[in-house]
Amino acid sequence: MSVMKRVSMMFRAKTNKVLDRMEDPRETLDYSYQTQLELLQKVRRGVADVATSRKRVELQMNQLQQSSDKLDRQARDALSVGREDLARDALTRKSGLQSQLSELNTQYTTLQGEEERLTGASQRLQAKVESFRTKKETIKATYTAAEAQTRINEAFTGISEEMGDVGLAIQRAEDKTEQMKARAGALDELMASGAIDDMVSGPRDDIQLELDRMGASHDVDAELARMKGELAQGSAPRQIESGDGAAPGTAAAREARAGEDGQATQAAPPAQPQAGDGT
Amino acid sequence: MIVRILGEGQLHVDDSAVRELNELDAKLEATVDRNDESSFRPVLDELLARVRAIGRPVEPGALEPSELILPGEGATMEDVRKLLAGDGLIPG
Repeated sequence: MSVMKRVSMMFRAKTNKVLDRMEDPRETLDYSYQTQLELLQKVRRGVADVATSRKRVELQMNQLQQSSDKLDRQARDALSVGREDLARDALTRKSGLQSQLSELNTQYTTLQGEEERLTGASQRLQAKVESFRTKKETIKATYTAAEAQTRINEAFTGISEEMGDVGLAIQRAEDKTEQMKARAGALDELMASGAIDDMVSGPRDDIQLELDRMGASHDVDAELARMKGELAQGSAPRQIESGDGAAPGTAAAREARAGEDGQATQAAPPAQPQAGDGT
Repeated sequence: MIVRILGEGQLHVDDSAVRELNELDAKLEATVDRNDESSFRPVLDELLARVRAIGRPVEPGALEPSELILPGEGATMEDVRKLLAGDGLIPG
């Protein structure tokens, strides 16, 4: 027999079983309405749960992205000071993070899908519960128990199917979020333990240490050069106000003169030195 | 008649489409019988796409049961087997 026919029969069978258990049909109405409200709450909680999981994954993605950006900067810094080995190290670590990130991205999409599905299910159920409530009151007010039977069965069957569908959606979303929670928990632990930090930057951020060390030695070199320059001019009187008192002073003076001549500064430099040299 | 796609809701489908849907449904059933997961997915997708294309959404507050119920998008063969076995999978 056809798949779709069989599935609908399974739903129907489930409903009939519940109906058979009821003695007073009008009691069925109140009992069912109660169950509907509970299910509605459950599906709303489900939406909130999925959203929480999704946000957690989002947070982890942001953290990993920041780490990845940092490694990227370090690789550039390393390259700019000619340390290709350090740059390579940083990029290798970055690629490890990238694969983690792409996995998280898949999880994020899945959770987003579940959230949308469940939100839709919640809205559909809400509409049917509303309409069931109205129908229930009408039936109770208008019909005797015996007369009400058929109408009750109709309303009950209609909403039971929706409830079964929503129940399946909740189960599905719960399964997905459980899987994700387990993985997110593992990743959080990994982050808390510092293992991810180690992956990003080594036990004590060795790449940064090396870059800092190189940066520091670069500064020291520059300062040494400046001092040497000062010492070389040591005999000269310390009359220059600007304080950086080396040879560049003359260049600055020449530029200032060019400005006074009223010439466009861009045009001046190429012409000026040659004219100066000539005389 | 009313057709439900699990996870999506109910659609009015013209009775004249029954034959066409039955053919697709028979194909789907055959993949389940053959345990052929790789053909199951495309056939289910085709069936769902067809129902969505010819169906009109049932008004949200309607309390009518569906004549036919289809597994939702992304359902696996395993999901369908469980649905058919009815071993507590359908809540309620």
